[in-house]
Amino acid sequence: MTFSGAFGEAGSGALSGSFIELENVEKVFSVRRKAGLVRREKSEVRAVDGISFGVERGEMVGYIGPNGAGKSTTIKMLTGILTPSGGRLRVAGIDPSRERTRLAQRIGVVFGQRTTLWWDLPLKDSYRLMHRMYRIPDDRFAANLARCVELLELGELLDVPVRQLSLGQRMRGDIAAALLHDPDVLYLDEPTIGLDVVSKARVREFLRELNATRGTTVLLTTHDLTDIEQLCKRVMVIDHGRLMYDGALGGLHEAGESERLLVVDLERELPPIEVAGARFVRAEGPRQWLAFPSSASAAPVVAAVAAAYPLVDLSVREPDIEAVIAKMYGERELGARAGSP
Amino acid sequence: MLRLYMTVAAGGFRRHATYRMATAAGVFTNTVFGFILSYTYIALWDERPHLGGYDQADALAYVWIGQALLATCALMGGGFQEEVMERIRTGDIAVDLYRPADLQTWWFSDNLGRSAFHLLGRGVVPMTVGAIAFDITLPSRPSTWPAFLLAVALGSIVSFSIWYLVAMSAFWLLDGQGVAQVAWLGGLFFSGMLLPLNVFPGALGEVARVLPWASMLQVPADVYLEKYEGWGLLGAFAFQGCWAVVLLAAGRVAQTLATRKVVVQGG
Repeated sequence: MTFSGAFGEAGSGALSGSFIELENVEKVFSVRRKAGLVRREKSEVRAVDGISFGVERGEMVGYIGPNGAGKSTTIKMLTGILTPSGGRLRVAGIDPSRERTRLAQRIGVVFGQRTTLWWDLPLKDSYRLMHRMYRIPDDRFAANLARCVELLELGELLDVPVRQLSLGQRMRGDIAAALLHDPDVLYLDEPTIGLDVVSKARVREFLRELNATRGTTVLLTTHDLTDIEQLCKRVMVIDHGRLMYDGALGGLHEAGESERLLVVDLERELPPIEVAGARFVRAEGPRQWLAFPSSASAAPVVAAVAAAYPLVDLSVREPDIEAVIAKMYGERELGARAGSP
Repeated sequence: MLRLYMTVAAGGFRRHATYRMATAAGVFTNTVFGFILSYTYIALWDERPHLGGYDQADALAYVWIGQALLATCALMGGGFQEEVMERIRTGDIAVDLYRPADLQTWWFSDNLGRSAFHLLGRGVVPMTVGAIAFDITLPSRPSTWPAFLLAVALGSIVSFSIWYLVAMSAFWLLDGQGVAQVAWLGGLFFSGMLLPLNVFPGALGEVARVLPWASMLQVPADVYLEKYEGWGLLGAFAFQGCWAVVLLAAGRVAQTLATRKVVVQGG
C-alpha cells in the first residue's frame, strides 16, 4: 500500500556522524506467560524493532507515537539504562550502555511521570545534590541555578519540600535539576503531561529559549501535539517499534494522506455535488462537505464548484494534526492485521 | 565522589528528621514495648537467674538496647529497602540508574543517614526512660561507649547489606513482599529481638550466634554489657566486619546481575 511506500525511506535516514545516532537499534524483551498450571510460554516482545535516525547538534526533535510504541524504551536506551538487543547507538560519540556514567555528565533527563527530586526535602536540597553528583564547579552551579530560578520562576519554591509542590511546579523543578550541569542533550519524556495550559506554555517557552540561546539538543516525547507544533521543526513518528515518519511537521499531512474539507453552502438543497478532484462526504440541508487531498490546491476545486453550483458561502478546513496521526496509527494497525508489512 | 555520598547521607538524615510525628509515635511504641518486654524478662530472670550468662540488670539493659536499635538497625524492616522496592516496582528506579552514581553506595549512604537519625531520634529517649524506670546495667568503663557505638555502626551496615539483597530480589520478583516477609521473620528471631541469642539452647543457639543477624543486636548489646575483653572485642568487630564485607559483595553481584537484565517498569 502507498502508506508503507511513503515511509519506506524513513529507516535509511540516519546520517553517520550525527550527534545522536541510531542504526538499526532493536530492543527485544522476553516475556513469560502462564500457559497451564506449571508450564510457562516464553514469547518475545519487540519493543523497538530496527530504528535508525540521526539528530544533529542543536536540533529540537519531537518523538511521538501511541502508548507502547517504543518511545520510552528508546529514551532509556539513549540514557544507557537499557542495553539494545541489536544495532548501533551513539550519543556524543559515546556508547550509552557501556559508558553510562561518562554519558550522564553530558545528558539531562526529565521523565514527566517520575521525579529526580528528593520528595521529603526542600527543592534546594535536591539542587545541592546535583551540584555534588555532577561535580559542577561552584561558580557555574551558582550561575546556572540563578538562571533556572529566574526563567522557571522557582524563587519562592526553593525552600518548599518537593512533596508540597504542585505538579507544574515540580515539573519546572525537575527541568531545572536536569540542566544544572549544562548537558549537551536533554531528553524530555512527556514533560507537559498533566499540566494546565499556563504551566505548559511556561515549560515550552523555557525549552524554546534554552534551545535558542544554549544550543541544547532536545529530544522530546509527548502525546501533546501542541508541544511538537510549537517547539519542533522535525518530528519522528514511531509505532510498533518502527519509525513511520521522519521529517518536517508539515510533511505529516501529505505523508498521512490527510484530506482537507471544503464546506459549501448552496442557495438551496441540491443533490450531491460532483466535481473533479474532490469527493462528496455528506450533506445537511443546503450545506455540503467535500473532501480533497491536503497536497492538492483548493483553487481548482473551488472554481469548479463555483462554476457549476449556486454558491452562498464556502470555507476550507485544515485537518488537525491529531487526526492525521490517528489515521496513521490506524492504517498501520489495519495493514498489520491484513498481513502486509 | 565522597562529597556526593556525604550529601546523600546528610539528606537521608534530614529526610527522616522531617517526619516528627512519626518519630514521636515510634519513640512511644518503642517505650511501651520496652516496658512489656522488661516485665516479661523480670519474670523470666526471677525464675531462672543468670540465664544465658546475664543477670537481671543485664537482661533489662538488653531489652532497652533492643528498643533503641529497633529502628537504627532496621531489625524488623522499615528501612530504606521499602523505598527501593517500591521504586523498582513502579519503575522510578530508572531515575536512580541513569545518575552518575553507584546504586549500592547511594543507598548505603542514605541508610547511614537514616540510621544515625534513628539512633538519636528513636534510640536515646527509650534508653533513657528504661534506665530511669528500671535497674539496668550501665557500662563501668567510659571506653565502652565508643566501642558500643562502633558495634552499632557495624550492625547497621550488616543490616543494610541484608536488606539490600532483599531489595534487589524485587528486580526479579517485581513484588518483593514475600522475600521481605521472610527476611522480617528471620530478623525478628535471629537478631535476638525476642530473646537474647545466648539464651537459645544447643545447636540452634550455636547457629543463631554465627548468623549475620547476630551482628545487629546481640553483638552491640554484649559490647555494651562488657562481655568481650581485649582481643575478644576485636573478634566481635571482626565478626561484624566479615559479614558486612561478604554481604555487601553479594549485594554488588546481585546489583550487577539485576541491572544487566533490568526491566524498568512502566512507560
